[in-house]
Amino acid sequence: MSTLEIARTVDAKGLSCPMPIVKTAQAAKEIPSGALLEVLATDAGSVKDFAAWSKSTGNEIVEQSADGGVYRFVLRKK
Amino acid sequence: MTTPTIERPVDMAASHAEQVVAAVPPQVEPAPVQPAVETALRDILIINYSGELEKTWATMILASTGAAMGVKTRVFVTFWGLQTFVKDGKRITGQNWMQKMMSFMQRPGVSHRKLSKMNFMGMGPWMMFKLAKQYNVASPKELLEAAQAMGVEFIPCQMTMDMFGLTKDDMIEGMGEPAGAATVIGLLSEGSAPLFI
Repeated sequence: MSTLEIARTVDAKGLSCPMPIVKTAQAAKEIPSGALLEVLATDAGSVKDFAAWSKSTGNEIVEQSADGGVYRFVLRKK
Repeated sequence: MTTPTIERPVDMAASHAEQVVAAVPPQVEPAPVQPAVETALRDILIINYSGELEKTWATMILASTGAAMGVKTRVFVTFWGLQTFVKDGKRITGQNWMQKMMSFMQRPGVSHRKLSKMNFMGMGPWMMFKLAKQYNVASPKELLEAAQAMGVEFIPCQMTMDMFGLTKDDMIEGMGEPAGAATVIGLLSEGSAPLFI
């Protein structure tokens, strides 16, 4: 499937708003610019929230998928 | 003139092109491409006036999200909101009997907020926290800690601190320097987006 090199994964499954975004922002601080961050979330609001977060922070969404209620985002740190 | 007439239009075209090039100042370089978001982001100023559980929750959710979105976020804490930022362990605050009685009747601390509706002597908040746990919703205390860790500035109102008899020692760690209404108006006039909660 994906051959991207993930620097870090944030498991936000089960967490409600705004914790997936908060945990992602905290993890993004700890990886170098250009590195990839994978986020797994079950909050259905994530789809819109991560789009807004990406737009606001400039961290690009490289990949996005949904599988059995789990939303997966791969973000490239600006 | 020996130049064949057929070449004239070519020459004219060339000199015209030169003129166009000369009209562009040579020192102009392509402007650095900046994402539009960098100029679109405004600071946010949340004025946390209320001390009820549901409004405290809203304040903490928006403050932590603001910081997570890379937006400079400040929370001006005043009136009943101040009670939220007193250390959880403090029971009685204040210097005189009126201040002490107020803190006695309304227990301070982020973990002791009451609901504005359906409080039912604490049954309401108890159920709310139980539901929050069931649905994995972070508590106001957890969100406050996350907001502080991400650099949200919490500014207590000096005037209300005086009126309630609150000292710096009563407040949680990491609060900003106390300030007043002029600080709020100053930030708003500089373009901070306001939220009054």
